[in-house]
Amino acid sequence: MLMKKIHSVEFQIISPAMIRKMSALEIKTPDTYDKDGYPMEGGLMDPHLGVINPGLRCKTCGQKMKQCPGHFGSLELVRPVVHSEFSRRIEMLMHATCEECGRIVLPEEDLEKLRRDVEAQPKHTEIIAKKIVAKAKKITKCPHCKAIKGKLLLDKPTNFFMEKERIYPTQIREWIEKIPEQDLMLFGYNPERIKPEWFILTVVPVPPITLRPSITLESGIKSEDDLTHKLVDIIRINIRLKDNIDAGAPQLIIEDLWDLLQYHITTYFDNNTAGVPPAKHRSGRALRTLVQRLKGKKGRFRHNLTGKRVNFAARSTVTPDPFLEISEIGVPETIAKELTVPEIVTSWNKKKIEKLVKDKDKAVYLIRPDETRKKIDETNKKEVLEELDIGYKVERRLRNGDIVLFNRQPSLHRLSMLAHKVRVMPGKTLRINPIVCKPYNADFDGDEMNIHVPQTEEGKTEAKELMYVRDQVISPRYGGPVIILDEDGVSGLYVLTMKSTEFTPEEAMQYFYEIGITNIPKPDRGKNYSGKIIFSQTLPKDLDLEYQTKTCRVLKKTGLCKNCVKEKCEHDAYLKIERGKLKCGVIDAASLGEGSGKIIDALAREYPSEVIEKFYFDTMRLITDILTKRGMTVGLDEYEVSDKIKEKKKKIVEEVMEEGKKLVEKFSRGTLKHIPGRNLEESFEIEMMRLAAKSKEKLEREIMKEKLGPVLSKNPELNTMVMILSGSRGSSINLMNIAGFWGQASVREGRPRRGFSDRLISLNKRSDFGVDAGGFISKNFLEGMNAKEYFYHSMGGRQGEVDTGVSTKVSGYLYRRLANSLKDLMVNHDGTVRTADKNVVQYKYGEDGVFPMKTVQGKSVDIEEEFRLFKKKK
Amino acid sequence: MATSITDHFLVPKHYLLPKEQAEKLLEERGISAEQLPRIQKNDPAIKEFKPLKGDIVKIVRNSPTAGQSIYYRRVV
Repeated sequence: MLMKKIHSVEFQIISPAMIRKMSALEIKTPDTYDKDGYPMEGGLMDPHLGVINPGLRCKTCGQKMKQCPGHFGSLELVRPVVHSEFSRRIEMLMHATCEECGRIVLPEEDLEKLRRDVEAQPKHTEIIAKKIVAKAKKITKCPHCKAIKGKLLLDKPTNFFMEKERIYPTQIREWIEKIPEQDLMLFGYNPERIKPEWFILTVVPVPPITLRPSITLESGIKSEDDLTHKLVDIIRINIRLKDNIDAGAPQLIIEDLWDLLQYHITTYFDNNTAGVPPAKHRSGRALRTLVQRLKGKKGRFRHNLTGKRVNFAARSTVTPDPFLEISEIGVPETIAKELTVPEIVTSWNKKKIEKLVKDKDKAVYLIRPDETRKKIDETNKKEVLEELDIGYKVERRLRNGDIVLFNRQPSLHRLSMLAHKVRVMPGKTLRINPIVCKPYNADFDGDEMNIHVPQTEEGKTEAKELMYVRDQVISPRYGGPVIILDEDGVSGLYVLTMKSTEFTPEEAMQYFYEIGITNIPKPDRGKNYSGKIIFSQTLPKDLDLEYQTKTCRVLKKTGLCKNCVKEKCEHDAYLKIERGKLKCGVIDAASLGEGSGKIIDALAREYPSEVIEKFYFDTMRLITDILTKRGMTVGLDEYEVSDKIKEKKKKIVEEVMEEGKKLVEKFSRGTLKHIPGRNLEESFEIEMMRLAAKSKEKLEREIMKEKLGPVLSKNPELNTMVMILSGSRGSSINLMNIAGFWGQASVREGRPRRGFSDRLISLNKRSDFGVDAGGFISKNFLEGMNAKEYFYHSMGGRQGEVDTGVSTKVSGYLYRRLANSLKDLMVNHDGTVRTADKNVVQYKYGEDGVFPMKTVQGKSVDIEEEFRLFKKKK
Repeated sequence: MATSITDHFLVPKHYLLPKEQAEKLLEERGISAEQLPRIQKNDPAIKEFKPLKGDIVKIVRNSPTAGQSIYYRRVV
């Protein structure tokens, strides 16, 4: 391909002469169609301006619809008007020049100096021009012709006043025509190309019909484009103005019509001009004129040029299917029938493709080497088979095993678009394994997602090598797992690997069968199999791991476990895997969780990606089975606490009230100890917050102790506590809010303060800063709050609601700006990061040249692991 | 001045690269001088050197991941 580099682009202003020259027709009448529905001669829909009906020929160029590009017309204005987009520039010129002689009102020696500046720095003319204007504004007498310079005022956008007297576009035109070329240069204008008098319009270009097509509604009524409407307005006023002038109407009426013409032309360019009421359609809708067509999100640039719609794509609701592999995507037959992939015929695959054509409903199009297409159907199969040869392409329907891209908006990171393997299935929804919800941030409450089918070998390979789901398990952001089991997944494996879980040989065989184990292990619990041994079958045979589980962390936090005895842990909270066998410990969030799941991390990092895919495939089957058989239920009675705890809670709340009272007293006496860097009031508020937080912590631990006890027993019930212990969902905080008390309501990291004068709500006494009046909630969700507490809680709740609303909006815009500024940075072959024009940004990617996806938790070398391996070798 | 900000521990060390070294650097890396990141002549970190337009400044930064990283900027 011939590549040429654009050296420079120059923008200039179209001259009236040019507008007339390129005009195919001078528009004379405001009417569009006559009563028979034919376009009026010399009207806005005159066929000289281009054709929009297929079959007709253009009266200007003689071509048909597809070939004729459309032709501009022109409209001669009876009186000139200001081009509103240039009024600022006109203002600048008028401020800086003399009305009498047209020269810049600065002494000749100053101008000489400026001329040299412009020559030296042609890029800075904008700044120089501003300086000239600032200086010239102060001068009241022209140094060249000694004329007195009056005070100029621009009433935006288009009305100019000289010493409070209106000056009309004709006068302005005469004025700025006088400015000599040598002075124009100082404003950065190239006098050969731009004459400032062109800022005053004497003739308006009328865009071709193709730019403003009329629509025929179903009822047969023709509806015109907004631009046509606006042009009609302009022509009408133009003619009225002409008639009035010809009839010798009074000056006042002429000026009014002139202003009206100015208004229509201003809104024709930009219907959102400041200080001008937008022109309305008959229905009251504001018209979409030229600037509106280009500007903003729905404008030509962002909507049509940067954001084009694509072919070979489909969109549908997503639903879960745990029996798919993580890299698979279930595509409905109806979609697979529509989407196609071109297959190039070679000597190696000719036979296969011939079969494809022969089979019913598999090949759709034949593409000849000259890119002409032929539809394949039952009737012409023979001819197609005869014609088919090497170098031809056959477009076939999507089938199992094809690689497609799958995406969910908003595409916030690279994992929002991944490559999947197609599996055509009945139904109408796109199906994914629920494990890949995480990277897409998808759920199944009605989310829709898109698929795109790569059309070339390069495209397919690139997608598979760079974006295939199973290769993306480790996050390129922090070097830990992102495609993970969560919620039910973690609970399921926790239940499976609990100490108490046992299976009869019959049940165990069922599991072995499901995950494809033929080499059946011996039972390890007498005749029965433990859950651990079944889980072990999904691990590679050479995996060694050893660590403390999430359960261990939770227990330590509540104080139920103090000294670690490792393998001998009575709560089964120490995990050890030896040669692919789970020796002890339960599988929970520490093994599977986001960012730090040890087993997932090891499998995704140390083994080929098929291993992690198989692991997820197998465990998903185990999980679905065990959870449907064992069940996991939550009920309100789980949150009922013993009388002992109730007693304790009462005591703690009383204590808080007591302590609070003391603090209030200290505060009002001024004897409260200051917190460094805070004033008395701030210290008091902080102390109150701390008091509430401390009390909450105390009760939280007590409740956890009581509630976790039963889960550690021999045959635990599967409920909320199991979820907390395994880290699959919920935490002690949630438990505390339901069974303990809410504690201090907070707004912006402090006690709520806004409300009535000197009090939060009218249920309190004025100037009471105490615990109860400051937003402390001593009830929980189970028992319910009283009126006061309900309002306190709502204050905190409101803030949360506002935060989510604001932060998504703000972060969305921040992201857009960041992405736009970084989108064409690239790591080059020499390791440098450069912009599109090859300017260096970094000499080494990220200063260290490390790709975070290949790191261990963001560190390029995992010293501990290396040390362990080294010891093992010895 | 009482203190120089270049002595502050958060300000990375800046050095003025001698002409020969600068030329060698550009040639070895296949970078033209215009493609380098820029630094202002009166940037407080290099003001003391009284650099000229076109000089190349070498900056040694401490990095949590790379230990030390070296950066070059062209004086404008």
